[in-house]
Amino acid sequence: MSFLDLRSLTKRFGDISAVEDFSLSVAKGEFVSLLGPSGCGKTTTLQMIAGFINPTSGSMILNGKNLAAIPARARGLGIVFQTYALFPHMTVAENVGFGLEMRKVPKAERKRRVAEALDLVHLSHLTDRHPQAMSGGQRQRVALGRALVIQPELLLLDEPLSNLDAKLRDEMRLELRRIHKEAGVTTLLVTHDQDEAMALSDRVAVMRQGRLEQVDTPFEAYEGPRSTFISGFLGKTNTLRGDLLETTESGSRFRREGLILDGPVAHHIPGPVEVCLRPERIDLVEADEALVSGIVSERIFLGNQWLFRVDTPLGELMICRRNRGRREAEPGETVHLSWKPEHLRILPVEVQG
Amino acid sequence: MSVFSSSAARPWLLSGPALALFASLLVTPIVMTVLLSFREFSFYGGISDTLGLSNYIEILGDGYFYEIFLRTFLIALGTTVLCVLLGVPEAYFIHRMGPLWRSMMLLVVLGPLLISVVVRTLGWAILLGNKGVINDLLTRMELIERPLKMMYTSGGIVLALTHVMIPFMILAVWASLQRQDPDSERAAESLGAGPVTVFLRVVLPQCVPGILSGSLIVFSLSASAFATPAILGGRRVKVVSTTVYDEFLNTLNWPLGAAIAVLLLVSIMTIMVAWTRLVERRHGEALQ
Ligand SMILES: Nc1ncnc2c1ncn2[C@@H]1O[C@H](COP(=O)(O)OP(=O)(O)OP(=O)(O)O)[C@@H](O)[C@H]1O
Ligand SMILES: [Mg+2]
Repeated sequence: MSFLDLRSLTKRFGDISAVEDFSLSVAKGEFVSLLGPSGCGKTTTLQMIAGFINPTSGSMILNGKNLAAIPARARGLGIVFQTYALFPHMTVAENVGFGLEMRKVPKAERKRRVAEALDLVHLSHLTDRHPQAMSGGQRQRVALGRALVIQPELLLLDEPLSNLDAKLRDEMRLELRRIHKEAGVTTLLVTHDQDEAMALSDRVAVMRQGRLEQVDTPFEAYEGPRSTFISGFLGKTNTLRGDLLETTESGSRFRREGLILDGPVAHHIPGPVEVCLRPERIDLVEADEALVSGIVSERIFLGNQWLFRVDTPLGELMICRRNRGRREAEPGETVHLSWKPEHLRILPVEVQG
Repeated sequence: MSVFSSSAARPWLLSGPALALFASLLVTPIVMTVLLSFREFSFYGGISDTLGLSNYIEILGDGYFYEIFLRTFLIALGTTVLCVLLGVPEAYFIHRMGPLWRSMMLLVVLGPLLISVVVRTLGWAILLGNKGVINDLLTRMELIERPLKMMYTSGGIVLALTHVMIPFMILAVWASLQRQDPDSERAAESLGAGPVTVFLRVVLPQCVPGILSGSLIVFSLSASAFATPAILGGRRVKVVSTTVYDEFLNTLNWPLGAAIAVLLLVSIMTIMVAWTRLVERRHGEALQ
C-alpha cells in the first residue's frame, strides 16, 4: 500500500505538454528524487502535488486522501522553494512559526516546536536574525525548518541546493540526509543534479520531456539504465551504435566498425542496437590482452581521477582512471583497452521524436 | 591633460555641467527666495534693503496663517491616506493580473499623467459644481433637494488631488511588489494562510518601503500643489501655495509671500524627515 500515489498525471499548457501520463508510487518515509534535464516537467509535477497548478488529468492520492479535492493551503505539505521564499520582514523564529500560527497552535507550544525545528536544522543561535542577514546555506535551513515544523505528511523540495556553491552543496547534502533520517518524513526532491539525486535518495525517478523513463534505486538505475538517455544522464557513458549478431545462453556478439565483440546476455532481436560502456569499466592492459587499441587524444586531470579520450577503431572512447599518483599515458601515446563483456549494456536504438 | 588623468577629479569634471545647471536653476531661486523673505515691505515704499525677521514674526503671530497651514497639511494628509487606501489594493490587483490585462491597466493608471493637471481639475469642477453633473443627477433622481456643496470645500480638493496623485502611489507600490519573490505568497499558502492573511501578513509588510516612498511623494506634492486648490478652492478655501500666489500677485507683498513659501518648504521637509525616521526605526532591520 503506497503512501503517495500519482496516477497518469498530465499537465498541458495550451499545446505544450509539460507532464504526460506520470505515474509514481512512494512509500511512507521514502526519499524519492525527480531527476531530469531542464524543462522536463519536474517543477510542474511538484507544483501539481503542492496544489499551485491544476492537473489537466490524472489523480493524486496521499495517505488515502484525494489531493485534487483539497486546496493548496489545506494540504498540509512542507514545501521548500528553489528561491527559499522566506518572509524577509520576519525573523527566523517568526518565519518558522508562521505555519503553526496559521494552525492556531497555542503560543507556548508554538515556541517549543519552533525551538525544536531550529535545533533540527542547527540554527538555534540565529533565532532573531532576519533572512537578509544570513548566508545561502542558513537561509536554506530556515526554509527547511519552516517546512518541517508543521510536521507535514510529505516534504517537497524544488532544487533546494542549486543556489549554493559546490562545497556548501556537499555539506547541505549531508545535512539533508541527516534531517530526513531524524524527521523520517516522506520526501520528494526535484533536481537536475544526478550526484545529488543518487547521494540522497532511496529511489530516483528519471524524467524526460514530461514522461517518467525509469524509477529505480540509484544503484540499479546506474547499472541498469533502460535507455541511452538515462545511461548518459546518470554519470558518464560511452555509447556505441552496433549490430547485434546473435544472442546465446551465455552472452551475445555484436559488430561495430568491422570488429566483432562479445557482449553480455541480451534479449534483443538481432539488428541495430546501442551499446553503453561506463568509462570507469575500461582497463588499460598490455597489447596482447587488448580488445582494442587507440591513441590518447586528450587527457584531463580531475584530482582524484584522470579522464582520457582515446581514438580507437571503435570510435572515440572516454576512459576514467583513479589517480594512483603514478605517471599516466600522455596525449599521443598508444594505449591498449580491455573490458569484461558483462560491463557492456545493450540497449534498443533510441527513436528520435 | 594631467587634470583628466587624475581619477579623483574626473567624476567632478564629468558631472560638472549637470551640477552647474542644477545650481543655477534650483539653488539660485531658493537662495533668492530665502533672502527676499528677510526683507521688509511697506505699502508706499515697496521692498526695503534692510534685513529683518518682521515677515516671520507677522506670520507666526497671526492665527490666519496657522489655519491656512493646518488646512494645507490636512488636505495633504487626507490625500495621502486616500492614495494609500486606494492605491495599494489597486497596485496588488494589477500585479496579480495576466500580462495582457496588466499592461492595459497600467496604461489606464498612467494615462492621466499625460493630461495637464489644469484640464483634469476643470473636469472635476464640472463634476462637483452646484449645477455640476453629480448634483444634477442626484437632484433629478430626487435623492437630494438642495445641491450638495462640493466645490470650494477641502473635501473636493482632496478628491481631485487623490485623482492627480494616485499614479505616483501605484507606481511606488508596484515597484516594491515587483521586487517580491512570488513564491513567498505560495509559501504562506502552503503553510495554511488564506488569501486575506497572505495579503496582510506577507504581501503588505513587504510593500512598506513602497508605501513609504509613495506617501512621501504624494504628501509633498499635495502640500505644495497649486492648480487643483486654486481651481477647486478659489479664494474661499485657501491653502499655502495659493496664499503665496496672492501675496506675490495681488498684494504685491513679495517678502511676505517669500517667507510663507520658505516656511512651507521647511515644514514639508521636517515632516518628511520625521516620517522617514519613524518608519525606519520601526522597520529598520527588516527593510534595510
Ligand atoms: N505557465 C506555463 N505556461 C506554459 N508553459 C509552461 C508553463 N510552466 C511551464 N511550462 C513549460 O512546461 C515545461 C516543464 O516546465 P518545468 O518548470 O516543470 O520544468 P523543470 O523540469 O522544472 O525545469 P528546470 O530544471 O529548468 O526548473 C517547460 O517546457 C516549460 O516551458
Ligand atoms: Mg524547475
